[in-house]
Amino acid sequence: MKGKGSAICIGADIDTDLVIAGRYLRTKDHNTWVAHVFEDLDHSLASRLKGAVIVAGKNFGCGSSREQAAIAIREAGVVAVIAPSFARIFFRNAINIGLPLIECDLSCREGTTVSFDLKEGWVEADGKKFVIRPLSAKMQEILTFGGLVNYWRSHG
Amino acid sequence: MGTLSEKILCGTAGEYVDRVVDRAYVHDGTGVLTLEAWKSMGARWIQDAANLHVLFDHIVPANNSTTATLQHELREFACSSFLNFSDIGGGICHQVMSEGVVLPGEVVVGADSHSCTLGAFGAFATGVGATDMAAIWMTGETWFRVPESIGIHLSGKFLGAAEAKDLALTYVSRLGMDGATYQALEFIGDAAAELSMDERLTLCNLSVETGAKAGMFYADEITVHYLKQVGHTVEPQQPELCTYSKEINFDLTDIVPVIALPPRVDTIKPVHDLAGQPLDQVFVGTCTNGRYSDLARFARGVKGRKVAIRTIVIPASQAVLQKAIQTGVLADIVGAGCTIGTPGCGPCLGSHMGVLGEGEVCLSTANRNFKNRMGVGGEIYLSSVATAAASALEGEISVPEGF
Repeated sequence: MKGKGSAICIGADIDTDLVIAGRYLRTKDHNTWVAHVFEDLDHSLASRLKGAVIVAGKNFGCGSSREQAAIAIREAGVVAVIAPSFARIFFRNAINIGLPLIECDLSCREGTTVSFDLKEGWVEADGKKFVIRPLSAKMQEILTFGGLVNYWRSHG
Repeated sequence: MGTLSEKILCGTAGEYVDRVVDRAYVHDGTGVLTLEAWKSMGARWIQDAANLHVLFDHIVPANNSTTATLQHELREFACSSFLNFSDIGGGICHQVMSEGVVLPGEVVVGADSHSCTLGAFGAFATGVGATDMAAIWMTGETWFRVPESIGIHLSGKFLGAAEAKDLALTYVSRLGMDGATYQALEFIGDAAAELSMDERLTLCNLSVETGAKAGMFYADEITVHYLKQVGHTVEPQQPELCTYSKEINFDLTDIVPVIALPPRVDTIKPVHDLAGQPLDQVFVGTCTNGRYSDLARFARGVKGRKVAIRTIVIPASQAVLQKAIQTGVLADIVGAGCTIGTPGCGPCLGSHMGVLGEGEVCLSTANRNFKNRMGVGGEIYLSSVATAAASALEGEISVPEGF
């Protein structure tokens, strides 16, 4: 899987309450989550996410298991999230709903173009290329299908 | 030879394995999305319904018609598909699963991050999201990366008012919010064997706040005795020589009452340093500290006196509530001027039953104090039950004494 997007840089230990607050969870409407994504972190973020690559600090997605966090980020048009480490439930959730995650300690300028190739295992930003640890074979396969729902629709 | 995780998952650390799930559960929050994903997968059957549980705890009773409609659909599905169903008031999913459902050696998966609580029984218990759970409903299995484990050696005995929650906040602070990411915690040592099941559940509950996949105790005589009282005969687990990625030691004698400052669980200070901080609300309950022993401890602190600020006490389950009624603990708590809520998660996730207003401060026995979690503009300090009792009486953060 390949992709590229414009970097939006945010901090470390971003918990899933900050991605989508508990007060917006009692619905199945994805538009509600997209409208309020990252609201408690930065009100202006939601409108800037289309085509973006989020470059975060360590431990992105810690806290609650709420899958709405990963869905909100994907539905807002984010191409991928890059961080030195992810909380493990968020990691599984993102792959399961087809949002690429890349484990990489990337420091880059806000707005710079970040490109990546998960199969070849690299990320490039500001003219520098980083080798990344590949996802497990199973996770790569799930991502290829666009998530676990489509994976099981094909395998079930 | 191996860690408890390696033995239960039948693999070595770092290996990816597919495993049958012995117990899987969702609540009213994650269950709705699980059902959506399950339907989208084109699934027409449920694999092993007898091992699947649906437990309503997050917003119980429903707070508005939108929530009620979502819960109605999930309730109908759970009952018509013969899943084990616990309706409003039954209690917090992790607590109900701890009351004689989960057994040592089982692979337990819950669609909630605090599913790690059940590692207290010597089970491998971890949290997943809704789509992973939907695949478990369909196939009965899921994949795991067998975790490396951190050995947490416990020695000594708690002194004064210090309790398991203070140790929990202390180890989270020592490891940090990502100190155990992708790993499991194993609580071992002489003092671990002395801890009650309720104390073990509290310690395992906080393990996810270090990023850990699981927090575990070996099943021993205390586990065997606890499970016997709820109708199960089990064998203790024998620890083997194993390799830990890291080992840390805690002498319980050194643990003092502490508080986690907003908005991070890993930032703690001794209660003493924060004494006098004004409070608007005290909340006692949750999957961390809503068990019978917690309510009894709180009651000992407030019995015969009056709380100075609004104080919400929520039993973790109907069984906890019943026992608190039978023993008079509930009468002591109500007599002190506290308000009792329906067994469940209460205001912990900021949906109802005690949401904070702008600028308000709450002292809570829960496990998370993230920004705006209990209400926009509200701040959450996390503490033990004893600290909550002392502080409720004074209306400000107060050092617990006489416990």
